[in-house]
Amino acid sequence: MTHSLVNPYPAGQDAVQRIALGAFAIGLLALVIAAFGPGEEFPQLFFWLAVVLGPTGGAVYAVRNFLHRPAGVRNEQVWHRSLFNRGMVAWVFGIVLTGFYIALYWGPDSYWGSAALVRVFDPLSNLLTGSPADRWFLYGAVYTMAVLVMGLRAIAKYRHSNYQVVRTGSIMFFQLGFAFLIPQFLKAMDRPEFYFSYFWPLKPDYLWPEGGYYSFQWILDKGGLGLWMLLFAGVMTFIATPVLTYFFGKRWYCSWVCGCGGLANTAGDPFRQLSDKSLKAWKVERWMIHSVLLIIIAITLLLWVNSFLGGSILGNLSHTLSKLYAFIIIQAFSGVIGVGFYPLLGTRVWCRFGCPMAAYLGILQKYFSRFRITTNGGQCISCGNCSTYCEMGIDVKAYAQRGENIVRASCVGCGICATVCPRGVLKLENGPTHRDREVGNPIVFGNDGFRLRP
Amino acid sequence: MEVRSIVIIGNGISGITAARHIRKRCDDAITVISAESEHFFSRTALMYIYMGQMKYAHIKPYEDRFWEKNRISLRNARVAEVDFEERNLSFSDGSTMEYDVLILATGSSSNRFGWPGQDFKGVQGLYSLQNLESMERDTQGIGRAVIVGGGLIGIEMAEMLATRRIPVTFLVREEGFWNNVLPKEESDMVTRHIRSHHIDLRLSTELKEITADEGGRARAVVTTAGEEIPCQFVGLTAGVHPNIDLVKNTPLETDRGILVDSFLRTNMPDVYALGDCAQHREPQAGRASIEQVWYTGRIMGETVAATVCGEPTAYRPGIWFNSAKFFDMEYQTYGTVPAQPRQGSDSLWWEHPNGKQGLRIVFDSRTKAVLGFNAMGIRLRHTVCDQWIREGAHLDQVIKNLKQADFNPEFTPFAVRY
Ligand SMILES: Cc1cc2nc3c(=O)[nH]c(=O)nc-3n(C[C@H](O)[C@H](O)[C@H](O)COP(=O)(O)OP(=O)(O)OC[C@H]3O[C@@H](n4cnc5c(N)ncnc54)[C@H](O)[C@@H]3O)c2cc1C
Ligand code: SF4
Ligand code: SF4
Repeated sequence: MTHSLVNPYPAGQDAVQRIALGAFAIGLLALVIAAFGPGEEFPQLFFWLAVVLGPTGGAVYAVRNFLHRPAGVRNEQVWHRSLFNRGMVAWVFGIVLTGFYIALYWGPDSYWGSAALVRVFDPLSNLLTGSPADRWFLYGAVYTMAVLVMGLRAIAKYRHSNYQVVRTGSIMFFQLGFAFLIPQFLKAMDRPEFYFSYFWPLKPDYLWPEGGYYSFQWILDKGGLGLWMLLFAGVMTFIATPVLTYFFGKRWYCSWVCGCGGLANTAGDPFRQLSDKSLKAWKVERWMIHSVLLIIIAITLLLWVNSFLGGSILGNLSHTLSKLYAFIIIQAFSGVIGVGFYPLLGTRVWCRFGCPMAAYLGILQKYFSRFRITTNGGQCISCGNCSTYCEMGIDVKAYAQRGENIVRASCVGCGICATVCPRGVLKLENGPTHRDREVGNPIVFGNDGFRLRP
Repeated sequence: MEVRSIVIIGNGISGITAARHIRKRCDDAITVISAESEHFFSRTALMYIYMGQMKYAHIKPYEDRFWEKNRISLRNARVAEVDFEERNLSFSDGSTMEYDVLILATGSSSNRFGWPGQDFKGVQGLYSLQNLESMERDTQGIGRAVIVGGGLIGIEMAEMLATRRIPVTFLVREEGFWNNVLPKEESDMVTRHIRSHHIDLRLSTELKEITADEGGRARAVVTTAGEEIPCQFVGLTAGVHPNIDLVKNTPLETDRGILVDSFLRTNMPDVYALGDCAQHREPQAGRASIEQVWYTGRIMGETVAATVCGEPTAYRPGIWFNSAKFFDMEYQTYGTVPAQPRQGSDSLWWEHPNGKQGLRIVFDSRTKAVLGFNAMGIRLRHTVCDQWIREGAHLDQVIKNLKQADFNPEFTPFAVRY
């Protein structure tokens, strides 16, 4: 018989995949074993197993899994699998992830200070910073590895779309360079551990006079470089952000630079379909995200006034306030719920409901940006793929089937709706001006084809 | 004005678009009846449920509360009979209902050509939700499926089965895939693409009969060439025909479909028909009398709503367009693209060396006015193509400005070169 009888979607995996999967499993196992003590005794061995071999195996396995199959939208069987359909496996995974975050943020120093698990990362930390790892180094390294490994997977999965390939490359680059290596090097040189890819209001303390760990004063104390950093932070927040968002929409940040979005679009990619698309969720989203932004603006103003008045309004309260913010918003929301609940609520829960930067960018995008998603005339068949795979829970088809452009504050411009549309209906575009973006497109009407919507 | 009772039979794209637009225009009572499902769903997306790409809830274009909010009553029941004189419907459960205006949007049924064995278990078409359920049930753990009939539904079924890792043999009567619609180059391209997905595509091959095991379940198909292909599931996808069972042997005039004038009126007063089930007495030049696609159903829905609400509007669908996806290959078409070279028109065909992208521009041989486009693996901008065809733009102009019609994602080089 001809080659055409060979099955295109092989049930089993080939030898390379099996070996890679084995390597990944060994890495995972090594991590668990190391945590129970041996990591302290043999950091080198466990480093090679858990930090080098495991992730490499994972990457090879995931990439090959897609290269095996034809290039194209490969979302088949997603809803048939427990892990991606809120089944048992998803719950177990969600609980493990959540547990990790709880231990990370609120685990006692007494544990983390001597944790064998952290020692496994010493070789890497020593190499980069010249000093042993701590829990935050461990977290940064694991996070970055997740973005890199799953980023490679995303590139393999979406290799038929240049937009996805370039964009995924960008988020991997910014995570590795700007959110991991540069801050580590700075720390090693006894400079402020500064993240050039995060700005106020996502990192509000960069523009706080005091209180936050990375506050103004703390950075200034680090000398001339600190001054430049503050200047950079100010320019990014107040000048670069509005300008870039005007030309490209909020995607320049949320889908090309930001590490939270980066994790969502790489490690979180298999879970993006779980976002809630209901009108109700949209209402809750608008209330929540704008409230967070308001709270941050209020705290920031309060802290500055307080600082000008020499601490006379708040006294020590400013410290408590910023601590509380870090606890509720950053740790509980963006970490525990935002990432821990990936398998249950979908990927961009934090970006959609909690992130103050997204709120700020969203307001700019909604009212003053050239970005829009264009609908291709009458070609929509209302199939629902776009809405299903929109991680922000936007009911894209509701617009597409009416021939309307999609202009939504929450759209992060990930481009997946356009990638999965089977009829070529959607296109992310930066128009010539912001004025024409919400004008109804011509839609198809019975009486002689196109007619402009009233 | 008194409130009329407008009853629509069929909750597909045609009936639902009519209901939505009637609601936008007037205050009459609207009831939509369907035997198939409680709510409107996208028939075009049925395949994705089987493929596990979406669940039923995802293919419903509106949230469930939409209907009540817009005062559109839904009734999940089968109409057994229509009494056009008394303006009365009776349901299969014995209940009845009166109407002032009746809109028939009953859709299509799958063709079955009386093949021996076509009623065995594991033999079916793909049209309704119920078909999807039986396909789910009858393809569990099978070793091979055979699909008969090389149209759009056939290729969708092949893709569905392939994603479940079920080997597929695809019997196509014609010597090129879908070559009654696609010109040779496009047809060849799709043929290659189907084979690259490891479908056992057999061109110029016809079904003779289906044989069954003792349990009455399909066990093999036999082709007219005499070859026996063992299989446990047979998909019959040799086209569809208007579903007019309900109105046969009634005063309503029918031919292959329910006959309508350009205002979608039937021969009975206040009775309209549209979508897949309608047959136009006088189709617009260059258009078929029966059009069984999503878009025309939607356009007819908008048109009939205007007419019913006191603004008589003829169905004039404008420039033809359509689209499909063959496995991973997208296809869009605008205007007139004949399958066979036609007197008076010529065409240019460009094909990427990768063999997966192509663009055909059809133009008038004498005036060089552009008449149509076929895009394979390329996305074209509907508004721009529509305008070019409508204005009869000159071929040279179109080629020069082709990038204006580029609708591909950013960072995609526009590769087309003539
Ligand atoms: C698998 C598949 C894929 C397709 N893909 C595409 C595509 O990609 N692009 C495209 O343009 N077209 C596509 N089509 C065609 C398109 O779906 C149809 O043209 C369109 O759905 C027809 O809509 P309609 O409203 O006229 O009829 P239907 O959607 O068929 O709706 C008719 C409804 O009326 C109900 N009904 C009939 N009789 C009765 C009765 N006596 N009592 C109660 N209810 C009754 C039926 O149960 C049915 O629910 C596809 C079709 C199929 C089957
Ligand atoms: S609308 Fe499209 S581009 Fe925007 S967030 Fe949703 S999937 Fe991404
Ligand atoms: S825009 Fe595309 S993906 Fe979305 S409903 Fe329409 S055809 Fe489907």
